Amino acid sequence: MADLSTDLAGAVLPNPLMTASGCAANGRELHRFLDVAGLGAFVTKSVMRGPRSGRGTPRMAETPSGMLNSIGLQGPGIDAFVEDDLPWLASVGARALVSIAGSDAEEFAEVARRLRDSEAFSAVVGVEVNISCPNVANRGLVFACQPDSSAAVLTLVREQLPGVPLFAKLSPDVTDLVLIAEACLAAGADGLTMVNTLLGMAIDLDRMRPHLGGVTGGLSGPAIRPVAVRAIWQVHGAMLTGRLRPAPIIGVGGVHSGRDALELVAAGASAVQVGTATFHDPTSPARVLRELETLLDERGLDLAGAVGLAHERTA
Amino acid sequence: MSGEVPDTPVAQVAARLLSNEPVGAYRHLVLDAAAVAAPARPGQFVAVAVGGDDTAHLLRRCFSIHRVDPAAGTVELVVADAGAGTHWLVGLRPGAAVDVVGPLGTPFPLPDEPTGCVLVGGGYGSAPLGWLAEQLRAAGSHVELVLGAATADRLFGVEAGRRTADAVSVTTDDGSAGTKGWVSDVLPEVIGRSSATTLYACGPMAMLRSVTDVAAAHRAVAHVAVEEAMACGIGICMTCVMPVVQDDGQTKMVRSCLEGPVFRGDAVRWEAFADGRCAVPADAVGAPVAAGGGGH
Repeated sequence: MADLSTDLAGAVLPNPLMTASGCAANGRELHRFLDVAGLGAFVTKSVMRGPRSGRGTPRMAETPSGMLNSIGLQGPGIDAFVEDDLPWLASVGARALVSIAGSDAEEFAEVARRLRDSEAFSAVVGVEVNISCPNVANRGLVFACQPDSSAAVLTLVREQLPGVPLFAKLSPDVTDLVLIAEACLAAGADGLTMVNTLLGMAIDLDRMRPHLGGVTGGLSGPAIRPVAVRAIWQVHGAMLTGRLRPAPIIGVGGVHSGRDALELVAAGASAVQVGTATFHDPTSPARVLRELETLLDERGLDLAGAVGLAHERTA
Repeated sequence: MSGEVPDTPVAQVAARLLSNEPVGAYRHLVLDAAAVAAPARPGQFVAVAVGGDDTAHLLRRCFSIHRVDPAAGTVELVVADAGAGTHWLVGLRPGAAVDVVGPLGTPFPLPDEPTGCVLVGGGYGSAPLGWLAEQLRAAGSHVELVLGAATADRLFGVEAGRRTADAVSVTTDDGSAGTKGWVSDVLPEVIGRSSATTLYACGPMAMLRSVTDVAAAHRAVAHVAVEEAMACGIGICMTCVMPVVQDDGQTKMVRSCLEGPVFRGDAVRWEAFADGRCAVPADAVGAPVAAGGGGH
């Protein structure tokens, strides 16, 4: 049997499969369909300082092999999260990779501090810093579009969470992804999660107006998997050539099967998140894990040996 | 997102399609899905994967349950051929496998004592009302149905309703069956003559709002099953939210798949809905604020 364990900047997980932020709520809903403690980590919906209603509806449009969403980071806020959701995840034995967000760097830091000070913090195996949510009114607020704003967030979060594995979640909607990755790693990120949704849009042709209440939205699903593979390939490749210091990558984007997961691993991902596929099949994170294990067995590979393997076999 | 997950049975099953027959403008599907049928109650729904294993359609389609037969282990749906996903579903032949998750959502609350009940359905939204009527009548309530649609062929459940309910009223927009007009045109008279205290409704949002208004005018309570677009049906995608007043008086954007689809009509902030959109009321918990409001 393939060794599926993975070391994410000191967080050693029994397997590489995770939920993707925003695609599994905070655990209880999905736990009706699979044991969230059986995942390498459960990634929470991004939590901000206060409660947020999110955007009006429609918030969703189905697209070919994908979907657009404009949820707008709806959530109960960090206090409710640490009082209710995190203790629940701890109670079932889940390893939590907590996604945090903020409208400025100080808000990220405050959320990180309140998380650190919470009673159930022992369930936290790492923090994913969501600097790339596209559902903000001002695209200038997408920190991950610029190296300096990305670095500013990571610097302040790192101060609040010394020793805690930090992953910066990046947007593929940038001109030079390696530059953003470099800024995040230099500012204190231990690793990178790639990729967040791509900014997209659909038109309601009956009403001849934007379909989404938020006008633009984030595109996810298998339609974006080639983008995720490319992003992981570019950044892992930069690490192999010395342009970036080596750091673990969590791959996310359109993973629907074990084959999809293995593709991200071969491009350079040490862990894989399953997002939109969970809407289609609530058991998909567990199913993808089983399928990935079979594929590694068939190839005589352990997970660690498969990470980035395709780079060695480039013509 | 906290503490709202129902502690009720839910199953994901590879259901076998037993039959697929036309009924008016719709299709009547019977699925072999015992684990869904056994715990199901009127008002609940199922989330169905469409398109097969390699489909480009990732999002589940949600359908209210028409009725179940727990002894036979069957779940019945009424489906309108409205888009690519439902078109695939209604094109299936008996024997096909259908991935079904359910039962989901809140059922219609049944009265503690026998009372006068009016059940209002628009189009195929009427699907669960016959099943509900049977349960209400079995418990001793007086049940009248009001069924409306744009045209006669888009009515659903009229003949079955005449066998089940104490009375059935029909409206169509074009007058091709029953009274020409909307269900809200005949509803006051039906409520008045049946001394109804409880209304149940499912159908388009505008209809549910008018049913709620008529109920309030007659000091009756309306329980409405909403039709919101859902991507998952199980509470993880956050797409099906709507503004609903909570017990503490605060308005929250709640998931209609988990806290609904059945709500008390007077708790829904109907004024937020207009022309296919629903805005976040300014006084909702966590509503966007004008400047520096956290990236809304």
